[in-house]
Amino acid sequence: MSKVLHGNDLKTFRRGGVHPDDQKLSAAVPIVTLPVPKSVKIPVLQHLGAPAKAVVQRGDKVKVGQVIARHEGAFSANIHSSVSGTIGQIKEEMDSSGFKHLAIHIRTEGDEWLETVDRSETHIEKITMSREDIITRIEDSGIVGMGGAAFPSHAKVALPEGKHIDTLLINGVECEPYLTSDHRLMLEKPKEVITGVRILMKELGVERAIIGIEDNKHDAVTLLSGLLRDDPAIEVQPLVVQYPQGGERQLIQAVLGREVPSRGLPYDVGVIVHNVGTTFAVYEAVQKNKPLIERIVTVTGKNVSKPSNFRARIGTPVMELISAAGGLPEGTGKVVAGGPMMGRAIGDLESPVWKGMSGILLIPEAEARRSQEYRCVRCGKCVEVCPMGLEPYLLMTLAKSGDIKQADHEHVIDCIECGSCSFVCPSNRPILDYIRLGKTKAKSRKS
Amino acid sequence: MNDVVLYTIISLAGIGVFAAVVLYYVSRKFHVTEDERIGRVESVLPGSNCGGCGLPGCHAFAEAVVKAGDLAVLHCPVGGNDVMKNVASVLGVKAVEKDPYIAIVRCSGSFEYRKKTNVYDGSPNCAVAAQLYSGDTGCAYGCLGLGDCVDKCDFEAMYMDPNTGLPVILEDKCTACNACVKACPKDIIQLWPKGKKNQRIYVACLNEEKAGAARKSCAIACSGCAKCAEACRYEAITIDRNLAIIDPEKCKLCAECVDVCDVRNIVTANVTTEKIQQAGEHRRKREERERQKREAEKVATAPASVPPPPTGAPS
Repeated sequence: MSKVLHGNDLKTFRRGGVHPDDQKLSAAVPIVTLPVPKSVKIPVLQHLGAPAKAVVQRGDKVKVGQVIARHEGAFSANIHSSVSGTIGQIKEEMDSSGFKHLAIHIRTEGDEWLETVDRSETHIEKITMSREDIITRIEDSGIVGMGGAAFPSHAKVALPEGKHIDTLLINGVECEPYLTSDHRLMLEKPKEVITGVRILMKELGVERAIIGIEDNKHDAVTLLSGLLRDDPAIEVQPLVVQYPQGGERQLIQAVLGREVPSRGLPYDVGVIVHNVGTTFAVYEAVQKNKPLIERIVTVTGKNVSKPSNFRARIGTPVMELISAAGGLPEGTGKVVAGGPMMGRAIGDLESPVWKGMSGILLIPEAEARRSQEYRCVRCGKCVEVCPMGLEPYLLMTLAKSGDIKQADHEHVIDCIECGSCSFVCPSNRPILDYIRLGKTKAKSRKS
Repeated sequence: MNDVVLYTIISLAGIGVFAAVVLYYVSRKFHVTEDERIGRVESVLPGSNCGGCGLPGCHAFAEAVVKAGDLAVLHCPVGGNDVMKNVASVLGVKAVEKDPYIAIVRCSGSFEYRKKTNVYDGSPNCAVAAQLYSGDTGCAYGCLGLGDCVDKCDFEAMYMDPNTGLPVILEDKCTACNACVKACPKDIIQLWPKGKKNQRIYVACLNEEKAGAARKSCAIACSGCAKCAEACRYEAITIDRNLAIIDPEKCKLCAECVDVCDVRNIVTANVTTEKIQQAGEHRRKREERERQKREAEKVATAPASVPPPPTGAPS
């Protein structure tokens, strides 16, 4: 364990957790802005909730930052054009989720932005907008949780009656191995991130914010706490390196020692959590009037010749990012969107970058394959590492045999799908696959 | 004899007699009278406890039948009409005949027609695969080929064909118990009326995409071209969401639609090749007659004063 910083003890969550190999290959590589792609495919579903409704037609001319699909209902988010050009086909297409969704194709012509967007690099610290305007701006800018779950950010303000928030937590944990996009963002745009935190504090009306960062990003901890020396309202909390600390519930437990109740949400314990990437997007939306049209994507892997961090436009084909990182290495077995623990294998390399894609991981053939599955030896390791205190082996058996009622009784719904159980299983059992199945069935049983 | 042995025998026998007396009175006191017909109904049921009737096992079915007192709703698909006749005679009510059903596979996307676009090496279970992604071919509607249906079949009526990657249903063993239908996450397996002389005609595709996209992922996909719907004399075929659907209630099994399909994806069961050929001939002749008739009508009704448009003129 590394040394104690600013008198703060390193903290971590109480239950479970695993220590996968870090492999932060691209941690020292500065963010490079990718050239504007020749064409983009922008899915209308890039968030949890209902798909946005396309408001453009084939042949329409659009500028960068223009709304091309508008949100429907509270749990949805606007989609903006990430390039300027002509709308092509609007059709169902496989994206990195593995399922077909409606996607808007845009052929790029030049790079013409909406005049309202401030494209300068200068940092604007003073927050002039009112609370209401900030909320509207975040909603209009289509900002979603950029850590991967893509929960519409504006929906986090709408609290049910009687709930009170006292703390804003900023998630700079990045506990997934390989990924470095949040780390680079904190190093390269620290002032912007801090202003983003202040905007979110104003939006939520809280007096206190804590940025949680794992201690393998010591430079980010030092940099941010240095900048925040004179601000008692925002603290930086270094954390022990442990997966899945980036999980909302684990982070709250680690930093504040509070436990989100089963089936509850962070606001039940007076907390709202936002990711560092989201915080930066909020800064850009509020101070620069720039909607969410690009994001930082780590492209990495053991055999990748140039592990990189790119700023890529939403809708850029994944293959373009891989080419920019030195091309697809020979013997690549799997291309994963996200990290090795929770990421999903991509079926088509032409599928687009989306708002929740924090990284592209290229896994060599030998490591990509699942190992031979054996019987459960009742070693209990999965129970030991489960950060939610569940019994993964049991949930798997129940889901497999179709006893969803009992699985529900055993809190299958509380599973955060971190994959720690499958990671430690000495019999290589696909525990999470079946738990996820049980979870889906338990949810549909309710409704 | 040793005293210990003697006393042991006597005391154990005494305990035995005492327990027997207690048990006798307890069983008398707490006796549950069950309708004796339930046992008799259960004895004529197949006893496979498959749940095909919608109830958890044959005993539950027997109870429900006796409680209902008639056979209007309840039906044992496994036993079919023969067993239901026996049940009716036990209850002394009129048997209700129901057309027998069979499971069909509504996907023809074998390896030959549907190329793999990626490799799945996860858990060999369709339900697990189906929630990860839409499948290892371009078709999001097709069979995943991991055999959940076969696993769930209690009657050994199914197997996965290693050459096509699709499940095959054995007609003589399938009892239409519905287990495979419920197991399939893509809803590819459906129950279909067994049909006259066991003949069935159905479209073995569920792809709802537009023609181009559908054929790109599967060479045999139904594109919703409606040729079959036009060929059908009984209006049994409708096109819904780019997909032809045959209504088994209306279908007269004439087989005239079969050879009109470009990709030959109207599948037949127990219909001879000769019948399909004859039906095709029959259809072509009928269409020819209709065409001639239309032309004759056109000539007859065309106003003589309007000259026909010159050839090559834009229409």
